Amino acid sequence: MLNPISAAFKKAKTENRPALLTYTVAGDSSKKQSLDILKSISKNADILELGVPHNTPVADGSQIQTSAYRAIKKGIKINDIFRIVRDFKRFDKNKPIILMGYYNMIFQYGDNNFLKKCKNSGVNGLIVVDLPWPENKDFAKKCRKKSIYFIQLLSPTTTSKRLKKIIQNSHPMNYFISMLSTTGGKLKVSPRQILKNYNRIKKINPKKEIVIGFGITEKTIGKLKSADGLVVGSAICKEITRSLDSRQNPVTNVSKLVKKLKNKIK
Amino acid sequence: MKLIKGIPVIDQGNQLGFWGGKFGGNFVPETLKKPIEDLEILFNKLKKDKKFITERDRYFENWVGAPTRFIKLENLTNYIGGAQIWSKVVSDANGGAHKIYNATVHCLLAKRSGKKIICGDTGAGYAGKMLSMAAKKFGLKCKIFMGAKDIARQQPNVKAMKKNGAEVIPVYSGSQTLVDAVSECMRFWVANCDTTAMCVGSTVGPAVFVRICGWSTSQISRELKVQLIEEFGSIPKKLKLYNCVGGGSSSFGFWNEFMDYDKKQVEFIGVEAGGPAKSKKHAAPLTYGSKIGILHGAAQYVNQNSDGQIEETESISAGLDYPGISPLHCFLKDTKRARYTAASDEEALSAFKLVTKFEDLRPSLEPSHAFFVALKEAKKLSKDTVVVVNSCGDAYKDRGILEQRLGKKYVKSN
Ligand SMILES: Cc1ncc(COP(=O)(O)O)c(C=O)c1O
Repeated sequence: MLNPISAAFKKAKTENRPALLTYTVAGDSSKKQSLDILKSISKNADILELGVPHNTPVADGSQIQTSAYRAIKKGIKINDIFRIVRDFKRFDKNKPIILMGYYNMIFQYGDNNFLKKCKNSGVNGLIVVDLPWPENKDFAKKCRKKSIYFIQLLSPTTTSKRLKKIIQNSHPMNYFISMLSTTGGKLKVSPRQILKNYNRIKKINPKKEIVIGFGITEKTIGKLKSADGLVVGSAICKEITRSLDSRQNPVTNVSKLVKKLKNKIK
Repeated sequence: MKLIKGIPVIDQGNQLGFWGGKFGGNFVPETLKKPIEDLEILFNKLKKDKKFITERDRYFENWVGAPTRFIKLENLTNYIGGAQIWSKVVSDANGGAHKIYNATVHCLLAKRSGKKIICGDTGAGYAGKMLSMAAKKFGLKCKIFMGAKDIARQQPNVKAMKKNGAEVIPVYSGSQTLVDAVSECMRFWVANCDTTAMCVGSTVGPAVFVRICGWSTSQISRELKVQLIEEFGSIPKKLKLYNCVGGGSSSFGFWNEFMDYDKKQVEFIGVEAGGPAKSKKHAAPLTYGSKIGILHGAAQYVNQNSDGQIEETESISAGLDYPGISPLHCFLKDTKRARYTAASDEEALSAFKLVTKFEDLRPSLEPSHAFFVALKEAKKLSKDTVVVVNSCGDAYKDRGILEQRLGKKYVKSN
């Protein structure tokens, strides 16, 4: 069977648009609410990234940090996250889910044990922020055996030689970081420049799906439409924080935001 | 796992930067791979470059002030009545602590790489203060990340950084201490690595930072070796080197030149921060058997829960208040070359009282931890044993805490 991630890209292509990927933190602002958010956005998002909150996140800006600390404070554990995925998949079994996190949490759980749980709960892909290539070779192999995509990150600082090596060994989907930034930074590079870098990478192997993430908001998403997929994370986390601060319902607000994002790329 | 003789420990990591196959490495976001590789290439080249070594040594001599004193603590020796007690007074170094060596080398590297800005983390404020001094000397702009709790408790060093023109950026996340400062500094580097060099304030972080720092602080043991031979004619038959361990930069530097001696002749004792006597929190991952985990880009023994969340620490000394520990020390522990133990807040304070009562020496709270263990053990040791404690920082920065915990009479005006 085709991995649902690949199926999602295929579907978006037939609709002549990039895939929309959302990022929310598991357990933000509670286990139930983060599940409700996933359910409510699933009709407009093509792929759901679910953040595994870590308390020393060296690549995350303030918005995702806020969401992560909020979830940890509420007591979220890795096993809860697998339960959220499982419950979501009972609601929408074909919608792909990618877990995104830091390696220490996987390492403590045990690589094999973690992947077994991923498989059983219905996780389709993994992004491990601080496990770059070639350090991730073994882990990526283990993922492949379980038909889980290990998604490689590519950055504006990645050299051409390195890009080629990473992409050559990569699974069907990779992730291009738009600029030098932690998550949630302001887009400090023009969408044109980002797409120029993107196209250079895409050319290496046009068959690989490459999404762009970091700094994408409602304002900028429309200008990046030619990519295979676009990830919005911090803007959603910020919306959850804003909703909580103004005593509004994060579920409906996030759902509205994702719908707007979708409309911008149709 | 084995320590190899004849090869510097900083160069004993494998291709991927792991010591003993499992400590260290480069668990970093993709964006940092290239700047880290560039720094590795530069450092590997320069550390073999005679001109660069000469330049470094010139700054160490004329600006840092090498060598720092090696003195016998006669009164303490008499009072304790066991081993001879000596101190390497590293706090003589410009700025008042060992952090100057790493800061100087990082600024020299930054200059060579053409970077105009340097960022760094700090806990006790010494790493930040020294980086601000070196940045000023070498004409670099300087940004220091420091936990809000540490800013409050280490004011003298904060003032010094600002006076040197550095921007001090308070970090409010997590426990608002060193661990959070290092994270925030790494985030800043991720976003600015095209224009900015990063200095990690101890032998922690991605492998190259561990190596640069260890290479820099090794100046301490190079000096000590010469001083020991001058004093005793040769390296003493029973030598014990006591050092506090936070990230592990001063201890590693204090031991490095003696690595190949049999540990029966030259023993290394690392003293971690045990925290308040009544608290469960500590900053002593080696002493209390923490599990291996990943923190700030490196695999190491680190305080964490079963899910892999890093745990908060507690110590009276901001410089030791860190949940992890250098991969170099994990390696020295598992190869049994060094022995590690901990002293509590109260024990460190008691040692500070004792040292200042008998000697004209004012170790900061960090080395006071080492003094506690050294004095306790010296009592039971023979008179021909030479105990040396690295007094790697001066107590001036701790005046607020000392006044609060011990009273005004323990605080000096400078
Ligand atoms: C005086 C002093 N000693 C020790 C330390 C601990 O660091 P390390 O273990 O890297 O020497 C610090 C750190 O700030 C310090 O300021």
